[in-house]
Amino acid sequence: MRISGKGLVSHNRTVNFSFNGKDYMGLEGDTLASALLANDVHLVGRSFKYHRPRGILTAGSEEPNALVSTGKGAARDPNIRATQQELFEGLAAQSQNCWPSVERDVMAVNDLAAPFLGAGFYYKTFMWPAPLWEKLYEPIIRRAAGLGALSGAANKDPYEKAFAFCDLLVIGSGPAGLMAALTAGRAGTDVILAEDDSRMGGRLLAEVEEIDGKPAHVWVAEGLAELEAMDNVRLMPRTAVTGVYDQGTYSALERVSHHLPPSQSLKTAHRPRECFWRVAAKASVLAAGAIERPIAFRNNDRPGIMMAGAVRAYLNRWGVAPGARITVFANNDDAHRTARDLVAEGVHVTAVIDSRHDAPDSGEFPVIKGAMICDSAGRQRLESVTIRSVNGEEKLQTDCLAVSGGWNPSVHLTCHMGARPEWNRELAAFLPKPDAVPGMVVAGAANGVFSTHGALQDGAQAAVTALAGMGTSVDAPPLPVASDAPYRISPLWAVPGKGRAWLDFQNDVTVKDVAQAARENFRSVEHMKRYTTQGMATDQGKNSNVAALAVLADATGRSIAETGVTTFRPPFVPTSIAAMGAGAEDQGFKPQRYLTSHKASLQRGAANIEVGLWYRASYFAKDGESTWRQSCDREVTMVRKAVGVCDVSTLGKIDIQGPDAAQLLDLAYTNLFSTLKLGRVRYGLMLREDGFVMDDGTTARLGENHYVMTTTTAAAGQVMAHLEYLTQVVRPDLDVRFTSVTDQWAQFSVAGPKARDLIDALVDEDVNGETFPFMACGAITVSGVAGRLFRISFSGEHAYEIAVPARYGDALYRLLLERADPFGGGPYGMEALNVLRIEKGFITHAEINGTVTAFDLGMQGLVSKKKSCWGKALSERDGLMDDDRMRLVGLKPVGAMQVLSAGAHLFDPDATVERVNDLGYVTSVGFSPTLGHMIGLAMLSGGPDRMGDTIRLVDHTRGIDTLCEVVNPVFFDPEGGRVRG
Amino acid sequence: MRITCPLCGARDRREFTYKGAALPVPALEAGVAEWDAHVHLRDNPAGPLEELWQHDMGCGAWLKVTRNTATHEMLGVALAQDAGLAIKEGQP
Ligand SMILES: [Zn+2]
Repeated sequence: MRISGKGLVSHNRTVNFSFNGKDYMGLEGDTLASALLANDVHLVGRSFKYHRPRGILTAGSEEPNALVSTGKGAARDPNIRATQQELFEGLAAQSQNCWPSVERDVMAVNDLAAPFLGAGFYYKTFMWPAPLWEKLYEPIIRRAAGLGALSGAANKDPYEKAFAFCDLLVIGSGPAGLMAALTAGRAGTDVILAEDDSRMGGRLLAEVEEIDGKPAHVWVAEGLAELEAMDNVRLMPRTAVTGVYDQGTYSALERVSHHLPPSQSLKTAHRPRECFWRVAAKASVLAAGAIERPIAFRNNDRPGIMMAGAVRAYLNRWGVAPGARITVFANNDDAHRTARDLVAEGVHVTAVIDSRHDAPDSGEFPVIKGAMICDSAGRQRLESVTIRSVNGEEKLQTDCLAVSGGWNPSVHLTCHMGARPEWNRELAAFLPKPDAVPGMVVAGAANGVFSTHGALQDGAQAAVTALAGMGTSVDAPPLPVASDAPYRISPLWAVPGKGRAWLDFQNDVTVKDVAQAARENFRSVEHMKRYTTQGMATDQGKNSNVAALAVLADATGRSIAETGVTTFRPPFVPTSIAAMGAGAEDQGFKPQRYLTSHKASLQRGAANIEVGLWYRASYFAKDGESTWRQSCDREVTMVRKAVGVCDVSTLGKIDIQGPDAAQLLDLAYTNLFSTLKLGRVRYGLMLREDGFVMDDGTTARLGENHYVMTTTTAAAGQVMAHLEYLTQVVRPDLDVRFTSVTDQWAQFSVAGPKARDLIDALVDEDVNGETFPFMACGAITVSGVAGRLFRISFSGEHAYEIAVPARYGDALYRLLLERADPFGGGPYGMEALNVLRIEKGFITHAEINGTVTAFDLGMQGLVSKKKSCWGKALSERDGLMDDDRMRLVGLKPVGAMQVLSAGAHLFDPDATVERVNDLGYVTSVGFSPTLGHMIGLAMLSGGPDRMGDTIRLVDHTRGIDTLCEVVNPVFFDPEGGRVRG
Repeated sequence: MRITCPLCGARDRREFTYKGAALPVPALEAGVAEWDAHVHLRDNPAGPLEELWQHDMGCGAWLKVTRNTATHEMLGVALAQDAGLAIKEGQP
């Protein structure tokens, strides 16, 4: 029921919305929850396990009951808290966890089966036999788990993530937070004030009180105006700080456009739905306030039973009375304000039921002292409560019960780095452990300071303390005048009696469940939590955990301090994966690396393949070729018979210079490089410190103290970091400098019997066997551009790699193809390159897979005996040179099934196919048009000693079981005549 | 977590890559036992630990970071090249 003119909503601006398909009207400034209550809608959802009717319990992000879905199709957002969802024109929300409707929910039969669904139900029911898990138990649990459902389609709504930096992060904008922000802002420090709510002010928006002689919300507005005018202060409403991390790092979730119609938020304004922030702050003030806790009693979960502070908030902020005959049930003075404020607005208050015998009297409403509410009635809405006092039990007609069991300071963020909160008997609450988070000062209600005066003072002092910690000295400002009412409470967690009394409303955990857990010896609070699922729902038990552990303490005969709390972990509020993963969906921010030959390749019909971040030509389809194999076969044959051109610029290139460059190479490589002559190239192998192979490649000596190293495409970054390690940590005395030039040079392989003719005609210099023998390198000029020529080969053919500055890459590639055409040559791609190298037994990271040694690869000869090198000591460990190790061999198919497959495992033909008989695995395969059959490389136990043996090849994933022959890994031209010719 | 690179200033830990404990590097000629101890047999203290990180998404510097593994408190950051971990001069 709306009270005309009351609250901070715009009474003359109506907003149309729908709930469960029915149209309603609210006001600008409403949340979905306040608008529903204004329309007298209390039944908003069903509980998780028993499907009990549930209403709105709170007015904040801690809400366990009023979860709804908004949006349609792929953009559907489940588990939106109605207490936080701001109303906008056309908002359509639906209840969850009910079918066919929230009023008539079929699964409500669970409530009748409650005796069988108690604590540990999942553990006891879904026991062995194991095979039933996949078929029966898991589907049942999955269907039951979670309240709202995603659409299953990819969400196209935009989400963002961002970084922010500040001197002081103030979390919460109630009296303590506002005062802290004002104090720090006036001192000129960079301040971020983050507030979970859409409107700043915290409890000051929900209370009737005065600050400096003005209504509290007016004082808030003036303070915010002052902060807004400061360039050094950033106000972040709708932003929940969700986590605290090391060195002053905080995570926060900003709900950027949940409060706007989709048409405004996404399309026109280009606003994301949410933004996930990482905030780096020198210090922080936690002024997150406190969360009111219910009192457990029989049937305390009916719609219409709400928190006393929430009833006050709906009344004072939104001008809504959640009932016509309201009763208050409390154990503390604070809740009496609810009755006072209701009476002031002419709402009938039946009574305040206070469990304390010394509760204060009132002239405005009846106070029943030393009494408790022990039951309630009403099917889908509260109709009456039962009062138990010294006079016995008595029924009271009421349509709304405002409950308060006291307030729990929001200490969650103080626990994210491992600290545990400390029990305070006087306040009957956990308070933050001092200095729980380096650089964080806790203030106000979060610190157990509940009066407005106290919060203002504590907030100002927190800012002074936080600023002092970063070396800024400020005086505490003069404090505005505000109420300093004491907080008087006498603990009451659960009203004794029969029946089910709820603790965790969302997960349906009752007092009985916790007591049963204790009886079954789940006495640790962490065990109780998992056994009963207390606090494990989307609200994480924000208003129920403390009562649950108090009940556990009682059941186990311990004190609350001894019982302790469960661990609070991030995130403080549910955080969508879409926000945390923003920028990673689809291509996202992933870089795309294109070769200089990219455009020309596409014009030649290239199909691209992703190699790490690179896009490389896989094969070049010619007219009449319908499969990649046809193109690949043609390209391999072209290289073997004429000449092929391939862009190899993706290989890592590291330019190394300095008097000690050769020493660095000798340290990094297994073989000698200090003997490499000027104008020559050498193949080298690098080991990790544990003796296994890290990478291979070639290094060319271009000058007296100038080398250029190539790495594999896959390990370019790793090798660069390794060289930095060797020169900065292992040998900082070496006088050497190096830098990655991978992107600076375009480099093309020109391979085949016609390669020399092509290159000789192309470059200004004479290129012949004298000037450029195998493994020679040197400077050349091509069309007036200074470049480099390397006579190296990854195909076994007479081949060159020609490099020019990257800006000439496109031109050179086109020129090379133009020159290749008359020879019957052309471009070749990664598929052909792979077949060519397998034909020669050359390795890639398919073979260098982190488990192989130089010995395994048949390259022990490359580990120089004349010098030490990185990794050599551990490469010589016992067992790493064992003949039975899996070692490199070639494979060719025999028998009917002429097929090999990479990833297949190898067995003796007469052995059973099981792990103990596994002899190795296939690393690379391809069809060799040169040989007319498939060829493969494999790591085979005792491989080189099995030449000529027949081996069984089994690939379960592809359904292949065949025989092959172990052969020399160099299939083609084993003497190497072609490459030198 | 944030690490203060001596060259670049305080940066998010995503800019850094972890290697392991910062230990003096044995001579290349040292035996298998010494290298085995260096690579595999390391202390795992709950408390201050000197470790190597590279600012690979920044300046590329290798850093010796002193960190309390129990609290994640950063106790110091220095360039690894000045940390005295190197193989002693004269050894190839
Ligand atoms: Zn740096």
